[in-house]
Amino acid sequence: MIRDITLGQYYPGKSVIHKLDARTKIIGTIAFIVELFIVNNFWGFLIAAGAMFAVIGVSRVPLKFIFRGLTAVFVIILFTFVINLFMVDGRVLWHWWILTITYEGLRRALFMAVRLVLLIIGSSILTLCTKPIELTDGLEKLLKPLQKVGVPSHEIALMMTIALRFIPTLMEETDKIIKAQQARGADFESGSIIQRAKNLIPILIPLFISSFRIAQELALAMEARCYNGGSGRTRMNEIHFKKKDMVAAVVLAVFLGVVIASRWI
Amino acid sequence: MSIEVRNLTFTYAPGMPDETLAIDDISFSIADGQICGIIGHTGSGKSTLLQHLNGLLKPGSGEIYIDDACITDGKTKLVDIRKKVGLVFQYPEYQLFEETVAKDVAFGPKNLGLDAEEIDKRVRDAIAVVGLDYEEVSEKSPFELSGGQKRRVAIAGVIAMNPKILILDEPTAGLDPTAHAEVISMVKDIHEKLGIIMIFVSHNMRDIANLSDKVLVINEGKIALEGTPREVFAERAFLQSMGLDVPPIVNIVKKLEEKTEDFTTEALTADEAADEICAYINKQNR
Ligand SMILES: Nc1ncnc2c1ncn2[C@@H]1O[C@H](COP(=O)(O)OP(=O)(O)O)[C@@H](O)[C@H]1O
Ligand SMILES: [Mg+2]
Repeated sequence: MIRDITLGQYYPGKSVIHKLDARTKIIGTIAFIVELFIVNNFWGFLIAAGAMFAVIGVSRVPLKFIFRGLTAVFVIILFTFVINLFMVDGRVLWHWWILTITYEGLRRALFMAVRLVLLIIGSSILTLCTKPIELTDGLEKLLKPLQKVGVPSHEIALMMTIALRFIPTLMEETDKIIKAQQARGADFESGSIIQRAKNLIPILIPLFISSFRIAQELALAMEARCYNGGSGRTRMNEIHFKKKDMVAAVVLAVFLGVVIASRWI
Repeated sequence: MSIEVRNLTFTYAPGMPDETLAIDDISFSIADGQICGIIGHTGSGKSTLLQHLNGLLKPGSGEIYIDDACITDGKTKLVDIRKKVGLVFQYPEYQLFEETVAKDVAFGPKNLGLDAEEIDKRVRDAIAVVGLDYEEVSEKSPFELSGGQKRRVAIAGVIAMNPKILILDEPTAGLDPTAHAEVISMVKDIHEKLGIIMIFVSHNMRDIANLSDKVLVINEGKIALEGTPREVFAERAFLQSMGLDVPPIVNIVKKLEEKTEDFTTEALTADEAADEICAYINKQNR
């Protein structure tokens, strides 16, 4: 179950999406996310979803694989949905005891849920189709201009790579620790909320210790290979914008234009 | 007590592009009081198999019987299975979390809902069974112990639940030779003292030969060989074809057998080999 979180995972492939310059994909993803917040009606979401599924189709990443990532954050989506459903004032559709559902609430809840789903799937496409190393290289290059004003672009990029790289490792670790404590009779599925929170201690402490151990080992391994920061570091594979990227940029611009236009539908 | 596994099959992430058939139609049984050694290449499915035996994983198909009671029909309570079957994971010291050794060992018995007196007794007994001194370690933090000691504390945490079947997944992985020898002699001790069924996974063929009553060889999710250590280690070529080996001493005596005319050997342990070689030399001298 905990392994189902696909965020940060790479799905190897040879599609056009995989081959695009990482910078194109990062900008594309940011544009997509921004666009999700520009949208103010369901038509906009329909266009966004259509575009997103077209990209998924081209990328050849199996849909099942992508949706598996959603099951893990289902609780968060459900929570957002429920909160919005009951918290908005307006035309009453249904009322019982202290619970009231309004037309506006229902609309807002659906809106938020769709937005979250698109947000999660959209951003997971980026990591599914981009090797972590390319992702950081791209990020570092994009942040380069900011170095002039003191933004440590290399360090930020490195931190992001490490975080991405270790999501699956920590998931695996968590899975193992949960199982090991279950084997000792620990019960994570019943009890009051406070009791459940307390029950997490046997998972969290070993997890913290493992994280520190992993961090220490990584630092040692990097030092052993003479890592000393970004200055003077060269790359084995330089990244370049190609013709594909120009095409992608045009497609992206058109898409953004259509979505912004959808506000007035 | 006995364990019987029938036609067990298990797939990770079924229906996904990364699905893995980890267990492929495995059947075997273990009789009361036996020590069963499991060998197999990394990724052959050993750990997956063990996690089925105490209900941590649910089989795709097949049944597991413990003492003739089916634990895979969905009716048995998980707590009841875990009371009977203790599972010690690989690198169990990574699960330690309490402030003191005594508290950590008490975690399992507490989860079983025992009273304080019984818990205290079990903690003392378990720490003694794994060969540690209660007075010396009980109030220490588990994190200040040595690697071998940590591992024994972790094993005590499972023993304190009084399992009728004790499963150890690679109990000696990553230990130095001294700690390795200590853990192996601890496994022997536990079996002598408690007489329970024990299952252990190891890549050390010498330990498998010395400790096991029965050996299972797992390869690509299937049982490739099954039998007494003598039967299994007689298949030297087959084991080597799977990337496994026989105990080093067997390799030595088999080489001797090839290089001499009338020396034949069945030895599995250093003692047996020494006896056979002495007998051969005496015969030659006569
Ligand atoms: N939690 C998991 N999710 C997906 N695949 C797994 C998981 N655990 C193990 N596997 C896969 O199942 C197979 C058997 O693994 P495992 O039982 O750990 O083998 P062993 O203990 O013999 O080294 C391997 O191919 C491994 O990659
Ligand atoms: Mg294993």
